[in-house]
Amino acid sequence: MAATAGRAEAAARVEARGVSLRAGLVAVTFLLVSLAIGLAVGPVHIGVGEIVRSALSYVPFLHVTQPLGAVDHAVLWELRAPRVALAALVGGMLAIAGASYQGVFRNPLCDPYLLGVAGGAGLGATLAIVYASAAAAGSSWTVPLCAFAGAIAAVVITYALGRSVGATQMTGALVLAGVTMATFTAAVQTFVQQQHTQQLQNVYSWLLGGFSTATWHDVAICAPYIAASSLVLVLHRRVLDVLSLGDDEASSLGIDVGRARLVIVVAATLGTAAAVSVSGLIAFVGIIVPHTIRLLCSMSYRAVVPLSLIAGAGFLVLADVVARTVLSPAELPIGVVTAFLGAPFFALVLRTSRAAR
Amino acid sequence: MIETRDLWVRFGPVAAVRGLSLRAEAGGWTALIGPNGAGKTSALRALAGLAAYDGEVLIDGREARRLGRREVARLVAFVPQKPETPPALTVAEYVLLGRTPHIRYLGGEGRHDRDSAAQALRRLDLESFAERPLGSLSGGELQRAVLARALAQEAPVLLLDEPTTALDLGRQQLVLELVDALRRDGLTVVTTMHDLTLAGQYAERLILLDEGSVVAEGTAADVLSAPNVAAYYGANVRVVEDEGGVFVLPVRR
Repeated sequence: MAATAGRAEAAARVEARGVSLRAGLVAVTFLLVSLAIGLAVGPVHIGVGEIVRSALSYVPFLHVTQPLGAVDHAVLWELRAPRVALAALVGGMLAIAGASYQGVFRNPLCDPYLLGVAGGAGLGATLAIVYASAAAAGSSWTVPLCAFAGAIAAVVITYALGRSVGATQMTGALVLAGVTMATFTAAVQTFVQQQHTQQLQNVYSWLLGGFSTATWHDVAICAPYIAASSLVLVLHRRVLDVLSLGDDEASSLGIDVGRARLVIVVAATLGTAAAVSVSGLIAFVGIIVPHTIRLLCSMSYRAVVPLSLIAGAGFLVLADVVARTVLSPAELPIGVVTAFLGAPFFALVLRTSRAAR
Repeated sequence: MIETRDLWVRFGPVAAVRGLSLRAEAGGWTALIGPNGAGKTSALRALAGLAAYDGEVLIDGREARRLGRREVARLVAFVPQKPETPPALTVAEYVLLGRTPHIRYLGGEGRHDRDSAAQALRRLDLESFAERPLGSLSGGELQRAVLARALAQEAPVLLLDEPTTALDLGRQQLVLELVDALRRDGLTVVTTMHDLTLAGQYAERLILLDEGSVVAEGTAADVLSAPNVAAYYGANVRVVEDEGGVFVLPVRR
């Protein structure tokens, strides 16, 4: 009897810490509060109570009457809501992609732009802004599509370049190929941009990233990619833990390392490219968010991956609130906000991780 | 049981292992010895399915090449010389990762997996360490955690690459005694080893490799002769044999 009890106790302690109930609740609350702040803050005052009632008025059978007038209604649902939704989608995607890249490449400094996504998207967008004919430039699709295509093309070239080195040094080679690709696309992008200085303002404001022109249309463009790629990454959270043991050990545990890495990289890249194509380049989210979770909660990817998605969404919504209120009525590029918060934070992470060693 | 027939491992034009044939029985301990660069690790990696090879590797009589990666992982556990031990993972989490070959690709651990991991922890006397992060363990404790992870894999064949590097003499004996206990439970153990005396004390069969080829094989008394060690290690040694076993002692020239 005593032996059985001892056995049960021993078995009970052997648990992998996934997302604990507390961490999950904190993250979800953070996201909900961020969304509420994102919807409530702005030059036109709309109370949280009104926002909730306005939202509930769309739910059938509740018979809640719409509390907002036509103008307030449009401000809330046509201006703020798509902006908040887009910031949440992009923030969640960048954070979960950053966490996944850090796992796949076993390098805490990796971010979702590692394999040339940013450079490729920047070049694609710049080419679209500079060369698109007046007709094409009028379409809201042109710049995101070109940015998306540029991002994917850059990553495919990076992967081909990294692969040519051979499987044994694949991760190192991929990172180097990514750096090469980023440098090259940045050079071409700068060259094109300097040739067309009259467009400098447009190119620059795209590169710095932001959500000031967000519409439901943008949300619809990127949401399917982000949803699919986040789902794949969340499902791979345990595989990422196995990969953290290194290629040899993961493979001796029965994981096809090459295929697992490819699937994770493809998912993270597709989602990131979709996010970048509607938001421009937003630095540091993919590094700050996963590392904060590691510091506060757990190092296991089972926790880091899903929590990054939720916390990243909340973080970027808040960063966007800062971006549009600090210099109001002017807007600060959101990339400036995330980098301004990110750089000192990153220094802190580096210090603590060195102290821990 | 694991067996190789005419095993060759090549890195481009260089052959690291040349025609190795060995047969390691259940409940037996085979040690691959030889100087640096002799091909010990390459041979072990081929046995684990981690290095491309020519020839045959048979696990329980079935050709490894025909088995899937997962199936090989259920039959063969491999511990590299310097295992990656993410410092923030707890011992329990780390040992649970050993259950990977028994878990669906995108699945999670079930109750049976947790029981197996708990059993592995108990077998290596690590129960009180379950919640500790790997980064807080000493070298000897860490090596036990690594063994527990391999044990949780529940594979009948255990391959260890230099299991005692970086351990002091007492910890070396401790770890080797643990491996020996696992062997007595019925595991097939194949290790590479640097320390010839320890290899002779624990393994009942030694295979001496030099430049990829087997140059001597048999019991400690057969293989660990002063001329053999001089010829292949370029070392000057005195070999002492008594009821305690065979002792290879370095002597200054």
